[in-house]
Amino acid sequence: MMLAAQGRMQWGAAATGLSVLLVLLVFFVVPVAKVFYVAFLDAQTGELTLVNFLDFFRTSLFRESFFNSLYVALMSVVVATIIAVPLAYFTTRFNFTGAALIHTLGVIPLIMPPFVGAVAMQMLFGANGSINLLLDEWFGFTIPFMEGLNGVILVESIHYFPFILINLSASLSNIDRAMEEAAQNLGAHGFRLFRRVVFPLAMPGFAAGAALVFLKVFDDLGTPLLLNVNNMLAPQAYLRISSIGIADPMGYVISVILVVFSLFSLWVSFLATRGRDYASVQKGGGGLMKRDLRTWEKVGAWAVIVLILIVVLSPHIGLLLLSFGTIWSFSVLPDAFTVKHYQEVFTTAWPYIANTLLYAGLAALLDVILATAIAYVVWRTNLPGRQVLDYLGTAAVAVPGVVLGIGYLRMFHDFNVPLVNEPLASWWVIIVVALMIRRLPYALRACTAALQQVSVALEEAAQNLGAGRFSTVRRIVVPLMAGGIAAGFVTAFATAAVELSAVLILVSKESDAPLAYGIYVYMQTAAGRGPGAALGVLAVIIVGVATYLSHRFVERTRAEREAAGRQAATGAA
Amino acid sequence: MQSQRILIEDLHLAFGSTEVLKGIDLEIRPGEFFAFLGPSGSGKSTLLRAIAGFGPKPSRGRIVIGEEDVAGLPPWERNVGMVFQNYALWPHMTVWKNVAFGLEERCVPKAEIAARVEEALQLVGLLELAQRRPSQLSGGQQQRVALARTIVVRPRVLLLDEPLSNLDANLRVQMRRELLRLQRELGITTIFVTHDQEEANTTADRMAVLDQGVIQQVGTPMELYDAPVNLFVAGFLGSANRIRGRVVAEAGSRVFRGAGGVVLPVPPDEAEGEAWAIFRPQNVRLLEEGDASTEKVRQGVACFAGKVLRAEFLGSIIRYALVLEDEEEILLDEPHRPGQHVLREGERATACIDAQAVRILRQ
Repeated sequence: MMLAAQGRMQWGAAATGLSVLLVLLVFFVVPVAKVFYVAFLDAQTGELTLVNFLDFFRTSLFRESFFNSLYVALMSVVVATIIAVPLAYFTTRFNFTGAALIHTLGVIPLIMPPFVGAVAMQMLFGANGSINLLLDEWFGFTIPFMEGLNGVILVESIHYFPFILINLSASLSNIDRAMEEAAQNLGAHGFRLFRRVVFPLAMPGFAAGAALVFLKVFDDLGTPLLLNVNNMLAPQAYLRISSIGIADPMGYVISVILVVFSLFSLWVSFLATRGRDYASVQKGGGGLMKRDLRTWEKVGAWAVIVLILIVVLSPHIGLLLLSFGTIWSFSVLPDAFTVKHYQEVFTTAWPYIANTLLYAGLAALLDVILATAIAYVVWRTNLPGRQVLDYLGTAAVAVPGVVLGIGYLRMFHDFNVPLVNEPLASWWVIIVVALMIRRLPYALRACTAALQQVSVALEEAAQNLGAGRFSTVRRIVVPLMAGGIAAGFVTAFATAAVELSAVLILVSKESDAPLAYGIYVYMQTAAGRGPGAALGVLAVIIVGVATYLSHRFVERTRAEREAAGRQAATGAA
Repeated sequence: MQSQRILIEDLHLAFGSTEVLKGIDLEIRPGEFFAFLGPSGSGKSTLLRAIAGFGPKPSRGRIVIGEEDVAGLPPWERNVGMVFQNYALWPHMTVWKNVAFGLEERCVPKAEIAARVEEALQLVGLLELAQRRPSQLSGGQQQRVALARTIVVRPRVLLLDEPLSNLDANLRVQMRRELLRLQRELGITTIFVTHDQEEANTTADRMAVLDQGVIQQVGTPMELYDAPVNLFVAGFLGSANRIRGRVVAEAGSRVFRGAGGVVLPVPPDEAEGEAWAIFRPQNVRLLEEGDASTEKVRQGVACFAGKVLRAEFLGSIIRYALVLEDEEEILLDEPHRPGQHVLREGERATACIDAQAVRILRQ
């Protein structure tokens, strides 16, 4: 009897696990594998070959693109580090009122992807942009902020530096004070102390953040395209596929390189943290010593922060100006201000918004369902091989949108969906699926964290009272995870709403296009910049609201949990 | 290096507006193994950290090591070795690198660093683990590395912050013997902080009991146990019975008359007035009902009758709680022997104590 029940439980879990695995195989593993396979396929003979890669490195444009992508990604990490390190240091080292402000910077890459602000940055920092016009007028020189690759580096690094800031701050504030005191006790202080003890201990956080920046920049498609920098890898892949077609092997070769480098950057960050038990906080001793700033130090710190804030917020400011400006060309500010771009957006761009809400909403919903299932199977069952689901769900981080898009085109272009009678590759649902796979890692992280906070004893209590596994999940686990699931949903939704790279490849007709695509199309022409910026502002508002809600969910569940914890503690005492 | 004396004079220290150390005066002799003992929040760790230069700056007072007042120096200029409670080994460095760190900071020549690190690791018996990382070591091994890392720089004094609290019981006993051996071998003045009196009793030459930021008493472990100067020290070091009463003049002599009908002879020079009688449970003998008459009531022995409230078997002893008159309760310990008769709850019994085992305290 009991054995039979055990068996049933296992079957239910196994069926869930297998369904998830099937989805991941069909829509993630096989398409990516297909891209790899085609990259090694001789287009004429159909044999496996390395000739495509030889061709790639023999073509000077591709060689240049490869080095440009590498250069841009590395320089973005450097610039982002220069911005992030002082900010992280201020917040963890000193009792500083600006700390809250610095922490809110952390959401910037989430609420606005770099491509949205790229054109606005051009207006502010470009050769004929506001800053250079002023510089030229006052001092008689200009700075090529946005010249070619510089522009990509600037835009990417001011968008993605918060990844380093957040991770580095977390690491720094997790360092046990005794680590630092022990070094002081042995004679180290000042910069030597920082270099020999504090920074190495924060290295895992820095490496994680830096790897994320590298990967995001290396894979980004929208920003270089909008800045008209086409000699980079992701744009080349996109241009080859969209102009020559899905039979051209170069798009696949580039895809393989993109994936390999993404994996490489993750591997490097893994190496930086491997085998080092840095979770060194002990009770009572957490965090580095904080001290008060002297007056002149406070002035200096504020000056640095205000400067960085202005730079970091410039895409947003520029976007607002652009969306309300009439004509903005060869002038510091737009000639006049108007609301007609917003009127235009509200009359003609509704389909973009509706599509975005539909796609991102569906994708996020599917994500939390998949993520909850994966988290449960991995952490609460003993099915053999269950870890694979976790790895696959997380691995999507390393697959750029371009690559996934190309994989879908190749896999599904001749698969006709029954009833709809359209190839799956050009049906709008495939966009949802792509967004779902792309955002699964975010949802998975949120759901896993939520599940790990649910004590197994609570489930055992339910089972002890006669609840079966399914009923335990439905009545105990999912309600207790609700906060985490909601946060996962909102994060997935917010980031899916502004995803461009996979969308750019998979949108087959204008009427299926979401917001990000609309922004991209508008921004292509000088006349479309105003409405494009207005759309961009809308996107930022949608995503901003969603991010705020997610933050609220997380805070509320944490508050509830802490309250419950206190109750339990007083109950025990 | 020669053993150094530590002298602390009128040391005051506050966290914000909360005063944590309220005028500490203390002299620790060269080469002494000295313990700070006290409950949590007593200021013992704060005092130790103040000697190393950590925590808020003292608002008043001097900390003299050897001949130098170090109170104004930053931690890195004090040359005071400290072993942290959680060891604080740097996870990004190997054992060897951890130990070499302080020498590198002192710009010691490379060859000498190698020799001294080797010597220090040899001393704690971990030379073969030099290339491991701290996370690959057991708690006891980490403790030794932390110790080696500190003594390799030949500090003027050695400070140990709850050095044994993260080890399990068996290892603790072994480790404290080893600490003591090492300390004797190096002859270094050592202070260690603990809340465990057994640890302090077994290792310390002398100790200071702290409570509420004030040193309550300084002395050898035995002095403190046998002759506590106040109720706190008496209660903190082991269990003590305390009975409230008065010292009164009676028939040309002095007598303590306390709650529960306890009457004790006290030395004639004891002043009259409110007082507490303090005595240890193991110094009380138990006479069963009926035996009392056979016990020769000698001069200087006091007996009081009561009823057994409970008997707890603690292994080596049986601890009885006895209720005297007026609900006054005392504890007494009987050594346990196989086959011994154990009194039951409610049985009447008489407890006797030698007057010289009783200490009279005035608040």
